[in-house]
Formats: sequence, structure tokens, C-alpha cells
Amino acid sequence: MTATSLSDEFRPTAGEQRLPGAWRTGLARGRLEVAAFFRERQTVVFVFALPAVLLVLLGSIFGHQRVTDGITVGQLFTAGMIAGGIGSTSFQNLGLTIAAERERGMLKRLRGTPMSPAAYFIGKIVLVFVCTIAEVLVLLAVGMAFYRLHLPDSAAQWWTLAWVFTLGTVACSLIGIAISSLSKSATNSFPVIGLPFIVLQFISGVYVPFYNVPRWLQEVASLFPLKWMSQGLRSAFLPARAAVLEPAHSWQHGQTALVLLVWIAAGLVLCLTTFRWQTSRDR
Amino acid sequence: MHAVNGVDLDIAQGEVFALLGPNGAGKTTTVEILEGFRRRDGGTASVLGEDPAEAGRHWRARIGIVLQLTAEPELTVAEMVGQFAGYYPRPRDAGEVIELVGLTGHEGRRAQQLSGGQRRRLDVALGIVGRPEVLFLDEPTTGFDPEARRQFWELVRRLANDGTTILLTTHYLEEAEALADRVAVIAAGEVVALGEPATLGGRAASDARISWDAPGGRRTVISSEPAKVVVELAAKFGDLPGLTVTQPSLEDVYLELIGENR
Repeated sequence: MTATSLSDEFRPTAGEQRLPGAWRTGLARGRLEVAAFFRERQTVVFVFALPAVLLVLLGSIFGHQRVTDGITVGQLFTAGMIAGGIGSTSFQNLGLTIAAERERGMLKRLRGTPMSPAAYFIGKIVLVFVCTIAEVLVLLAVGMAFYRLHLPDSAAQWWTLAWVFTLGTVACSLIGIAISSLSKSATNSFPVIGLPFIVLQFISGVYVPFYNVPRWLQEVASLFPLKWMSQGLRSAFLPARAAVLEPAHSWQHGQTALVLLVWIAAGLVLCLTTFRWQTSRDR
Repeated sequence: MHAVNGVDLDIAQGEVFALLGPNGAGKTTTVEILEGFRRRDGGTASVLGEDPAEAGRHWRARIGIVLQLTAEPELTVAEMVGQFAGYYPRPRDAGEVIELVGLTGHEGRRAQQLSGGQRRRLDVALGIVGRPEVLFLDEPTTGFDPEARRQFWELVRRLANDGTTILLTTHYLEEAEALADRVAVIAAGEVVALGEPATLGGRAASDARISWDAPGGRRTVISSEPAKVVVELAAKFGDLPGLTVTQPSLEDVYLELIGENR
């Protein structure tokens, strides 16, 4: 029998006090999340700068090969690397930082305060969107400076860029949050988060032009969002005739949106059912 | 297996209550149930009139938890305390809290640049910034040097004087004696003694040790009537250099209690 009570007889009216709202708290958290992200050299190098470094490297080695009339490998790489960059600052960033926060007990500590859980996720959304937009701008600058990438030249292409960016970022973020729970400690997060992400980048048209990927690996890649994101971004940045390079000889916008929306739904369900504020040791 | 089985406690408003016990005795389990971090599989628990397992954000606004954890390594002291203040409906001023825990002058330093003791103070600052009515301190001074410990005790006394109810777990018996109004000793998941530190385990009623420096060396007499013995000794020897009359220390009582219950 366990009967324990603290200060039962003393009940002031504090219960009536209004708690700070989720939006205000979440935006304040977001500001500090962004500050912490850019102060930590490890994440800046590994999550933020790596895609740009790889783009410069791969582009320097293969970038000036022409694939079809007027289109270079460098342009394909830039579009693909923007998809990889979005995956890095959303999926990889959230997967690694949330696993580390759980490991450090930061999530448990937050759970012990009256902070609205929504505020935590609002802060993460701010972090992801700020980092991801900055990442895309850096990669665009590299692509335009070195590989003659052009900004979208029609309203339709801008619209494609906008929805592929948004759906891709949301899908990758949700999967990142969900997968952080699989990582038992921050030190084993590489096999769970980093490794699958590198593999997907090789087979999804980020590090290697997609038409060079063997058929069966293309099919594996088609199950995951990254392949569709890089294909969608190619459609936003490359001329329409580049569609002949795709396995389906078309941009498949409808299918792209569908796959990303399915992943968003699955990611959301996974987050809601598996998110843990404490490590398994704590319970 | 039950980590805790038979912890029956009532802690009053404004009280400083210490839980003592060896590692694995169930102190942390008990505290985590009261903090709402751990579900219990039986019994009842009530903190500020609510069941911690069911209580929501309004209840959390009224409690404070000091966890022994590292803070966000890249954020500064001022940023962390300011951020946590923003979670509560009527927080203390962040600068005031930083001063209270003795981190004035370190506001701009990042958590990873702080010493171990300074990090613990930051932990305390995060626990009290919400002006809690009930404060949980789980082994708060582990790793403190003696001076830092004294300063921390002063802080706990100030919080208690302001009416904060404090539940403290500690390994340091002198800490319990210095701070607690009442002490419970837990061993093997059960409360084996409960009372004021001065009377715990029949300490006040125990036999006293009367010692003095006799010409041939130090001598000790054990008696249940120490005053009478001292008067008799004084009459017999005149002067009694180095005279001490001591009750068993809290440590003596504690070691005896947990020894019986292993």
C-alpha cells in the first residue's frame, strides 16, 4: 500500500492562472533552437555544410558532362542535392537532435514543466524551416555559380518548387521525429539515422544521377520520399525536355504528391503513437 | 517485484521533508511517482490535491523539479532560465533567480562552459523559476564543495521560509539534519523510521555518551541519566577537561536502521 500526499489541504487559486500559450512559447523556443543549431559546430558541419561540400566536389568531378541537349550533370546534381539538403536539415537534423535531447534528459525535464507539448514541436518546425530554407539558398547559390543552374522560369515551376519543398520537408521532419525513438542513445544514432540516409541519397538521385541507378534499386528508392523529392525538384529547375531522363519519361507530379502525402500521414501516426519523453531506461 | 511497497507519508504545506535511504531503497521511485514521471501500480498518491499520474499542465505549473541533468549545451544561462520562465504563468524574474542560485556574472556563458557545480546551480534555477509551491530536490548537492553546499542550504531555507513545500532526497545526513523538519528513512521499499531529525529512531531517548580527559587518557561513560552522571563526576574529580555529552548522531541511528532492514 502506498499512500503519499503533499500539501493536500493547501489549494490556492493557481489552477485558475492562465498558462502561456503554445504559439508564443513555441516561437520563443524556435528562436533558441535556431541559435543552438548554428552554435554547434558538429551539426553545422555535418547537417548543414556537408551537402554543399559534396555538391562542389561531385560537381567538380562530373558536373560538366552533358547528358542531353543543353543539360549538364551539374544541374542534375544541384536539383538532387537540394532534395538531399532538405532531408539533412529536416530528417537527419531532427532524428539526431531529438535522440540527443532524450538521451540528455532534456525532454524529461521539459515534461516536468507546464510547457505545452505543442510548443516543443512548434519550436522544431521553426528550426526545420529556417535551416532548410537557408540550406536550399546555399545550394542554389553553389549551383547557380558553378553549374549554370537557373531559377525556375515559369509560375508553374515555382509552384512545383513550393509544394515539393513543403511536402518533402514535412514528410522528412515527421519521419525524423519518429525515427529518433529508435535510437537508444545519441551515440548509436548513426546506424539508425545517418546510414539509411546515406544509402537513400545514393539510390534516390542525389549523389548519383538517377538513370545510372540499377532498376531494382530505383524500385527500392521509389518506396521512400527522397526519390520523389529529387525528381520533383528536377522538374522545378530543369527544362521540360529533361523529363526524358526519368525512368517514366515524365515528371509524375501526381504520383510524387501522393507518395509524399502518404508518408506524411504515416509519419504523423508514428509520431503520435511512438514519441517518448523519456528514455526506456527511465521507465 | 515492487521497488516501493509501503511508503505511507503525509507532508504538510511549507514543510521541508527529507527522504533518506541507501541506493536502490526506493527513494527515486517514490519521488518520480510524486513528480508524475512514473506510473504506480497500486496505492494512492496526491500532490497539491491531485493524482500526479493524472495531473495536467496547471498542476505542473505549481510544482518544481530539480533534475540532475545537463542543460542544452549551446545555450547560455540567461537563455535557459529565460526560456523556462516563459513556460510558467507567474515566474520569478530570471535575473533574480540567477542571483538567487549564485550564477550572477555567468549569465552569458553557455551551459557546456560551466563547471559541474555551476551546472547544478543552473538545474536548481530551472526548478525554481516557476515559483513552485512544491519543490522536488533529488540529491541536489551531490558533487558540491562544502561552501557551495552551505550556500545551497541557505537557498533552500529561504524557499522554505517563503512557504515552499520541499521534498528532498539526500545521501548526506548532515544535510537532512540541517534542512529537514522531518525525515523518513526508506529501506527495501518501506519506511522504517519517520520523525524529526532530533528524535528519529528514538535518538533523543537513547543513552548518552559522557566523555572527558582523565589523567590516564580519555574516558567514556554511557548513561540514560547524563546530567546526574556529570554532577557526580564533577563532585568526585572537580574539573572535567574536554567534557562532552553526546546523543547518538543521526548517522548512528540511520546506519542502525538500514542495517536492521537489509
